[in-house]
Amino acid sequence: MQIKPILAAMRHHKAGTVLIALQIALTLAIVCNALFIIQQRTARVSRPSGVEETDLFVIRSDWADKSDPRRIDAQMQADLIALRQLGSVQEASSTNSFPLRGTGWDNFIKLQPDQVKMTTDAAIFFADERTLAALGTRLVAGRNFTAGEIGAQQPRDALHSAQVIISKALAERLFPQGSALGKTIYVSMGRTPSTVIGITDTLQAHMTGSWANPYAYNAVLIPARLLNDYTYYLVRARPGQLAAAMRDAPKALYAQSRMRIINAKDGVMSFAQVRRRAYERDVGMAILMGIISVVLLAITAAGIVGLTSFWVGQRRKQIGVRRALGATRGDILGHFLTENLLIGIGGVLIGAVLAVGINLWMVAQFEMARLSLAYVVAGVVALLLLGQGAVLAPALRASRVSPVEATRSV
Amino acid sequence: MFGYYLDLAVRSLKRSPGLTALMVLAIGFGVAASMTSWSVFRAVSGDPIPWKSSKLFVPQIDNWGPQGRDAGAEPPNAMSYADATTLMRDHRAKRQSAMYQISPSIVPADASKHPINVSGHAVFGEFFPMLETPFLYGSGWSAADDANRAQVAVISGKLNQKLFGGVDSVGQNLSIEGGSYRVVGVLDDWNPQPRFYDVVNSGGFDSGSEDVFVPFLTAIQAGIPNDGNTNCNATPKESGFVGLQHSECVWIAYMAELDDAAAAKTYRDYLQGYAREQQQAGRFSWAPNNRLRNLPDWLDNQHVVPSDTKVSLLVALGLLLVCLVNTIGLLLAKFLRRSAEIGVRRALGAPRAAIYMQFLTEAGIVGAAGGVLGLLLTCTGVASVGWVMPKDIADLARLDVSLLVLTMLVAVVATMLAGLYPTYRASRVQPAWQLKSN
Repeated sequence: MQIKPILAAMRHHKAGTVLIALQIALTLAIVCNALFIIQQRTARVSRPSGVEETDLFVIRSDWADKSDPRRIDAQMQADLIALRQLGSVQEASSTNSFPLRGTGWDNFIKLQPDQVKMTTDAAIFFADERTLAALGTRLVAGRNFTAGEIGAQQPRDALHSAQVIISKALAERLFPQGSALGKTIYVSMGRTPSTVIGITDTLQAHMTGSWANPYAYNAVLIPARLLNDYTYYLVRARPGQLAAAMRDAPKALYAQSRMRIINAKDGVMSFAQVRRRAYERDVGMAILMGIISVVLLAITAAGIVGLTSFWVGQRRKQIGVRRALGATRGDILGHFLTENLLIGIGGVLIGAVLAVGINLWMVAQFEMARLSLAYVVAGVVALLLLGQGAVLAPALRASRVSPVEATRSV
Repeated sequence: MFGYYLDLAVRSLKRSPGLTALMVLAIGFGVAASMTSWSVFRAVSGDPIPWKSSKLFVPQIDNWGPQGRDAGAEPPNAMSYADATTLMRDHRAKRQSAMYQISPSIVPADASKHPINVSGHAVFGEFFPMLETPFLYGSGWSAADDANRAQVAVISGKLNQKLFGGVDSVGQNLSIEGGSYRVVGVLDDWNPQPRFYDVVNSGGFDSGSEDVFVPFLTAIQAGIPNDGNTNCNATPKESGFVGLQHSECVWIAYMAELDDAAAAKTYRDYLQGYAREQQQAGRFSWAPNNRLRNLPDWLDNQHVVPSDTKVSLLVALGLLLVCLVNTIGLLLAKFLRRSAEIGVRRALGAPRAAIYMQFLTEAGIVGAAGGVLGLLLTCTGVASVGWVMPKDIADLARLDVSLLVLTMLVAVVATMLAGLYPTYRASRVQPAWQLKSN
């Protein structure tokens, strides 16, 4: 294949060449970054929660009257008994928060009482001896709470828990050198020590924002009922009976006491709904970036088809002459494919630089991660193939130009 | 002559329907994507109270010291009870209010109805005139009501509809968290987005409504706890809501109205003096580190506009740019294909200006057609933005006349700009060359 005549031809339509190259460059830059955003978001969404999500649902019950804590405590215990008695319910537990909730109570965790800066940050989950069973989360070391260890406290009281269970990630963060089991940590932001009696398998925290990424799997289980203005119940339905349990549970709670509010809209949520709500933004952003990438690629491909078709039309006579002088159909086809490849390479070179530049700017502006070069390489290959695909139809049309065209004057 | 150019343009576009359709599609999609994301961006980055935002200020006092500071040495973004109540007592601004988010239960008088949970704020009486809240019935409460811890409440029109069937309920009693409150005012439709008076607790945007406002000191006395964020640098020494009030935990939002730069300066000096007094009294062991930002700066500082919205807008503008580059290429192909025709017109005496007119008209028509498609796609886009954006934000995106006009304008102007270079090339066609080769 001769490159020189192709370059000579390109010099005759500089503007079109530059425009296609520019379009390819911009498309590459945007699509690379869009794909990278999609990958980042999908990776977040597919993180494991450490919870057995099927058959699990949560109920939020707000106390309607300004009850005194003792009444709330009694009500919570009665509610739990009522829930556990339901035929469709396998396990029920009360808590203040749960993985993927989106908000909640976090405390700084320290290893020494006098430490000024925190060692790390962790979600505080108030739990009882049934919480792990309700969540479907296993212990990897140590033991569960016993019924006798479960206390009760109000939200603005200091945490006084002699025993805590912590998540695996937190255990590894606090004691990278060995087992956390039996060690003392400070979860109260005060001087009260707590002994780690158990370590769970993977267990996600409640915050899902990207700023909380370093703490995404740090959780501390406190053996107490939190006597707040509201409580959550984690309820595990018997296998396959989720819908029935979600119907029965609020009725059973209202039968216990009507002085409560279970929001009609989101008072009872299956864990699938919890998950959907937690990652709504990420999924939305990924879809949006996907749509924009597809539209971009389609427009660029169509633009290449349009402009190449014009060039083919313009050069029918020259093609005819080449054919008459002995060029085969393959030569003509090769001419247009190579021409497009050369423009494409020019475009992707600029585009790759642009893609990295845009990403660096976004890293500075929007706390985004660095673009991995694999995306740029994949984008380059994809756009070159797209260009070749787009140019194929006009190039085939060009190869079918008959040598007779050379003899026609118009 | 314009009519003639229109006719020529339409003929020319009809001659190559594929190419024309391609340009119209590209412009339509590019414009629609940009306008849809613009509608969202416009909604979230707008000034919620444009006529007054430069006069509303949010003070911050550093009651945590260097240990609690992040890299930017920024003081906490809320206030402790001690600081908020002292600032209220000193009353140095024209109007001011400390406030905290509450979520009390309301028990309807009708025993057959379930109690409901509502959101609201405990505020001072000056909150209402300061933020110019619209009243349907009645008004806010007085400074005397604040001082006397009166059991009064301002409710939203929505709650009034729910509890009192929409009639003037001023003077009626309402059971809030077990206490009886007299309704003194009913707000007209008022749900500013972002919820600028307390962005720390609302996260900026909130699809829920604010249904009840009660006097700050009354709520404190009645023990109505705060519902929003509580940030502590140490565990409160005493327990309960009272313990929170005696602690250095921050949980109170504050806003002050200051009319001009001089007033802001005076207030800044006052804050400085207050912090210095606290330092002398031994409460702060560090130099004063206050902030006083006006509302736009505060919203910016708190990153109220989600970065996803900005990224989406930028990507959509990138799409528009690619569509325009695409259009330049296609118009160039289209115009130069007609070199012979241009040659004839020029040879017959048409000046370059006439060629410009003819081809820019054609570009304008493509732009207008793209704009019409863009309008349809923008309508679809704005209606379905809820699929890809969180509800709180998607709900704010609105289709209005200005957006539609802008869509059309962007489509036509952008396409004509894209047509400039191809038209320039067309006007440079040498008549002699074209005539000779034919």
